[in-house]
Amino acid sequence: MSINRRQISRRSILAGATALGLTSTLAACGGSDDKDSGGSSGPVKLTYWSWAPNMEKVAAIWNKKNPDITVTVSKQASGGEIVSKLITAKKAGNAPDLIQVEYQSLPTLVSNDVLADITKYAGSTKSEFAEGLWGMVTLGTDALYAIPQDAGPLMFYYREDLFKKHGLSVPKTWTEFAETARAAKKAVPDAYLTTFSSNDPGLFAGLAQQAGGKWWTVDSAGKWTVGIDDAATKQVAEFWGGLVQEGVIDNQPMYTPAWNNALNKGTHLAWVSAVWAPGVLVSSAPDTKGKWRMAPLPQWKSGENVTGSWGGSSTGVSTDSQHAEAAAKFATWLNTDPEALAALVKEVAIYPAATKGQSGNVLTTPEFFSNQADFYTTAGEIAATTAAAAWGPNVNTAYTTFQDAFGKATKAKKESQFDSALATVQSKTFGDMKKQGFEVTEA
Amino acid sequence: MTSAPLKGSDLTEVGPLADGTGTAQSVRPSRPRRRGRGRSAPYWFLVPTLTLFAAFTVVPIGYAIWLSLHRVQVKGIGLGKGARSQVWNGIGNYTDVLKDSEFGHSVLRAFGYGLIVIPTMLGLALLFALMLDTPKARSAPFARLMIFLPYAVPGIIAALMWGFLYLPDVSPFYYLLDKFGLPQPDLFDGGNLYLSFANIAVWGGTGFNMIVIYTALRAIPPDIYEAARIDGASNLNIALRIKIPIVMPSLVLTFFFSVIATLQVFTEPMALKPLTNGLPSSWSPLMAIYDKAFLQSDIYGASATAVVLALATFVLSFTLLRISDRYTREDRA
Repeated sequence: MSINRRQISRRSILAGATALGLTSTLAACGGSDDKDSGGSSGPVKLTYWSWAPNMEKVAAIWNKKNPDITVTVSKQASGGEIVSKLITAKKAGNAPDLIQVEYQSLPTLVSNDVLADITKYAGSTKSEFAEGLWGMVTLGTDALYAIPQDAGPLMFYYREDLFKKHGLSVPKTWTEFAETARAAKKAVPDAYLTTFSSNDPGLFAGLAQQAGGKWWTVDSAGKWTVGIDDAATKQVAEFWGGLVQEGVIDNQPMYTPAWNNALNKGTHLAWVSAVWAPGVLVSSAPDTKGKWRMAPLPQWKSGENVTGSWGGSSTGVSTDSQHAEAAAKFATWLNTDPEALAALVKEVAIYPAATKGQSGNVLTTPEFFSNQADFYTTAGEIAATTAAAAWGPNVNTAYTTFQDAFGKATKAKKESQFDSALATVQSKTFGDMKKQGFEVTEA
Repeated sequence: MTSAPLKGSDLTEVGPLADGTGTAQSVRPSRPRRRGRGRSAPYWFLVPTLTLFAAFTVVPIGYAIWLSLHRVQVKGIGLGKGARSQVWNGIGNYTDVLKDSEFGHSVLRAFGYGLIVIPTMLGLALLFALMLDTPKARSAPFARLMIFLPYAVPGIIAALMWGFLYLPDVSPFYYLLDKFGLPQPDLFDGGNLYLSFANIAVWGGTGFNMIVIYTALRAIPPDIYEAARIDGASNLNIALRIKIPIVMPSLVLTFFFSVIATLQVFTEPMALKPLTNGLPSSWSPLMAIYDKAFLQSDIYGASATAVVLALATFVLSFTLLRISDRYTREDRA
């Protein structure tokens, strides 16, 4: 029935449109707005917006095993752009069924009513994940907005060969980290231990998490609290600002040709990064294969064992989906089924969020770290110590302000400016929430 | 439609009977019909253009203006369904834009950038065009192509290429400066940033403007030069007193395009932003709009900013046109 009606209407539109030369435009618009109704007739068709490479290969495994639910992967941009696109699609009423969402974007999307509560379909997966991760996908409420997919626990990567050569010790605390930075500068005057990049607010957020910073929190009365310049985060900003001012930590942004060069040439001796770092090093510093080693992140108090996270994403179901249950079923399979996890590791090269994906023989030591056979065993131990992140509904504003304010501070190499930059991020983020009408206070 | 062939055969049959009643009957009814079609024909020809113009220009502009008068209103904690609504905001977004010092700075930065780019680019374009137009110019077609070639390079590629050349660690220029122990300027710092962007724009834009001016120069009839030479004018005199005044309208046109391009500078700073920490996300007016709309998801504020920028461009363009118009008219008088 519906097919017939569509054909007729399209033909009549075509007749009128040919004269105007609009054929292609209209034909392209025609198909998208009619949705299959009901699950009984034919297979359920789901669209999945994802930016991860090779995700379609994992979906193909599902499609082969579940002929009644077909998932089509649609490639998207990552970061802030997919968020804007999703909000727009939601406004137009045609958001995709399934969405790959970075953890820090979850509150923004929930606030725009893009993500559906899937507690009743997937609430039972709670036991599969670490508590910190689960807190991020529930936003601390009773609802469940997404299923964790991959995690990015922070670690300390260093050049084993150069550390040995210059007699540097692997720092266990941030105080030791500062000493190592000074020693490294003394040993190799034109090198740095690492850099502080104002273009990567995600890393700074992870470091603040480790220190105990809580940037956005919701209290039981239904009020947000913005605490970006809380004592813990201030400590982190001042620590890095001090080292940059001292000249023992570089102030250049990451992910530039110059940064690649510094890693490859060995003028950066270490990198504070997440579990996915091997994938970046392969392309950024190809000549250093087998020369790196990974260790736990330095701690603020000796004897402590906490890390933050940088990146990581989850799978959500949109409120526009006509097949929320089927979509949630796929999301559950994708992120908890052993076969799916193995495929995610192999094809998409992610570090799975599911606890059982982090152990066993799913993960094989990255070739780039062939000298560290227990890479993933160590990574698993570190991942278990990830502190819970507290994200809010306007992370984008905080991140852009961070880039601008800390960009100025790192350029100037002044510790005091790091402090005021943090205050700027706090006031802009708070002001933006207030302006939009959120119930919000400052910490 | 089907009557057309019949009518044709009708005419050929009736043709020989020049003043037969049949002819008059078959011609007369067709005349008003043809006239009626003729009257509406222009409108039919306009329909495709007007439809596309309405669909892709008028309606989006109207929607942007409508959005610019609204804002989002969040209730309570702002999570889930019905937490957000779109409410009327009057001119609230506009007063925000005018009060926004960051946007003001971005406009000032664009003007500063324009002050470097426009005189340099147009000066070089005029100089190259005049040089190519001198009778002694050797291998002119080749030189013309070489000057024009950078314009054919897409802006984003040009920006990335220059960005690599500006980065001390990967640039061959810095390698040479280092070799000879010369000072190595930071091209991403403060004032140098303007020069770095201006350099990309001049490199890419000179060729286009040169072609516009050169074409105008070629259109000047050569007997004017002959007359001038008989009067004893040198090549320099011909250039200054004949060529430049005659190509003035082309110079005004290129100036006009350049001013608009300056206000819309986007590609170069956007492409170079990830390479440095010295470039704010609202460096140029269009970057400020992009940042609002696509990074902060504030489509309302972004629309208002876009409307303000469009109006400012409009006012500036018309003022410049007026001034240049008066100037050229007085010149002629």
